[in-house]
Amino acid sequence: MTETARKIRVLVAKPGLDGHDRGAKVVARALRDAGMEVVYTGLRQTPEMIASAALQEDVDCIGLSILSGAHNAIVPRVMELLRAAGMNDVLVVVGGIVPPEDAEMLSREGVGAVFPPGSSLEAITAYIRSHVRPAPAAP
Amino acid sequence: MKSPTAPAGTPPAANPPRRFTTLSGVPVEALYTAASLPPDFDFDRDVGRPGEPPYVRGIHPTMYRERLWTMRQFSGFASPEQTNERYRYLLSQGQTGLSVAFDLPTLMGYDSDHAMSEGEVGKCGVAIDSLEDMETLFRGIPLAEITTSMTINSPAAAIWAMFLVAAEKQGADWTRLSGTLQNDILKEYIAQKEFLFPPAPSMRLVVDTIEFGAQQAPRFNPVSISGYHIREAGSTALQELAFTLRDGMEYVEWSLRRGLAVDDFAPRLSFFFNAHSDFFEEIAKYRAARKLWRAVMTARYGAKNPRSAALRFHTQTAGVSLTAQQPYINVARVALQALAAVLGGTQSLHTNSLDEALALPTEAAATIALRTQQIIAHETGVTNTVDPLGGSYFLESMTLDMERGAREYFDRIDALGGMVAAVEKGFPQREIADAAYRYQQALETGEKVMVGVNAFAAEETPLPTLYIDESVRRRQTEKLQALRRRRNAAAAERALDALRRAAEGDANTMPALLDCVRAYCTLGEITAALRAVFGAYEEVAVM
Repeated sequence: MTETARKIRVLVAKPGLDGHDRGAKVVARALRDAGMEVVYTGLRQTPEMIASAALQEDVDCIGLSILSGAHNAIVPRVMELLRAAGMNDVLVVVGGIVPPEDAEMLSREGVGAVFPPGSSLEAITAYIRSHVRPAPAAP
Repeated sequence: MKSPTAPAGTPPAANPPRRFTTLSGVPVEALYTAASLPPDFDFDRDVGRPGEPPYVRGIHPTMYRERLWTMRQFSGFASPEQTNERYRYLLSQGQTGLSVAFDLPTLMGYDSDHAMSEGEVGKCGVAIDSLEDMETLFRGIPLAEITTSMTINSPAAAIWAMFLVAAEKQGADWTRLSGTLQNDILKEYIAQKEFLFPPAPSMRLVVDTIEFGAQQAPRFNPVSISGYHIREAGSTALQELAFTLRDGMEYVEWSLRRGLAVDDFAPRLSFFFNAHSDFFEEIAKYRAARKLWRAVMTARYGAKNPRSAALRFHTQTAGVSLTAQQPYINVARVALQALAAVLGGTQSLHTNSLDEALALPTEAAATIALRTQQIIAHETGVTNTVDPLGGSYFLESMTLDMERGAREYFDRIDALGGMVAAVEKGFPQREIADAAYRYQQALETGEKVMVGVNAFAAEETPLPTLYIDESVRRRQTEKLQALRRRRNAAAAERALDALRRAAEGDANTMPALLDCVRAYCTLGEITAALRAVFGAYEEVAVM
């Protein structure tokens, strides 16, 4: 019997007060349709809730959707909590309205990619597939 | 950060055979003729004349010949001081009404110094923490002489109380105040998701404002029943129309249950629609909206006053249609969308700024947006005659289709037990999420084209945008601390106690809210007092 590779597990999260969840939900569905296991947190998650959900769900990737401009306050805090919990190898991507200078800062914090409005689902899916940590070897 | 785009200058991939559908995916025929209309179609009965039922052609007999729509640009950012400056600028440039954009902490009822407000203060709109901020926001702007729209929902009653007291302090009589409170909580559960309390107490607060307005501020629209956000969340044009009107019917039903007479409040219910990119589909939507509202108000609710059945609406061009790529082309999109709103008979209009896919607008971008409306009003000639597209086979056929489709949705929602019950079951949320996903897939395959995104991409230079830094939160926090030291703490506490008691009982909460505002209770304190009684709402996320 052959072991198939473990499915990529993704946490799609909406941090902060922003309620615009169209993008997060569309991306979550697209990743699921692309064969990934997707957990969607729902709205108004604190960085602590997101880090804790990522640990519990043992995810390979976290997608943060922020359209309110609060990314500079929220994303570095998420990255700090992930490091503290030993999840340095979890891929973090951000979707939303992020000015280029802020995107550079997020990249220095360890964010893999920022997907601005107009990004294609195909590009997001392909990026996650090629950048998550290697799947653990089958036992 | 690079975004994946098609090679510069290429048209969309031609692989899927071209299907002729509206933006919402509705098939469109090659040609419309008299035969496209139903055999029993009677123009005089089914379309009629402007200013007369069924109001398809507009609610006024003379429309823009007599009075142009109100040019009302939604605006607000950073501190009340900075936004006040922008308002004075826009008014000096010929804008004819104000529209306040609040920041997320205000929309969610948090003070600027609350932990949840970190990183959000002044970002998506102006920060308002207390009456003091509201007074600053309108300093030097006579509230009795201008109409003011406020986009606020869960904390709408408290924010309206602040507005009324600020106007009172300017010496304005409430009976002379004109304006609009968005105050549409149902579309928050459905689409925009800025809810605080569960549906029943939230609906009670809305009815409190409707009742208070009918008695004390009769020229103010207490609710702006909004399809805009439903559309932005990814609905079709038909879903926007159907869910918005059914929301309006829900407010009517709850108000009737309060014991109000329909003609005492219905003339002050107003609407707010999106103007998206499919030109004729949008115009058909506005025309069908007027026809449907007239029908339900008279047949279902027994309205006798013609004004109860005449649907008035504000329009905003579609934020989701704007592209971060090649942002200058957004000016063309906005102009065409605004033209659809005008040809659809809007009463007021906001045109988006070209940079709004990137940030809140700069003054220069906001000026171009306003000028776009002025060009439509004064250069194109479309205001010279009423409903110039009326009688078009295509448009009349589409208007009838919209009407029929909306009635089907009304039946489905009625069968679920009304809109509150439908929301609790996740019905409109699921319909919208499905439509949003279908549209995104159509973009992926190239079946639908977004210029500059999945076709005709180009290299570009970045645009200068407005940047709001964290200093706004520091200044708001300092002002809050000074306010809490300065005010009579015992009086503030007494007012909050009285509010809690009012919320626990059945009385209208507006008088208690006004007392809280006069005692300089903060928005966060007022919301916390209400939350202690009403509880907080958590949605079941529909993916």
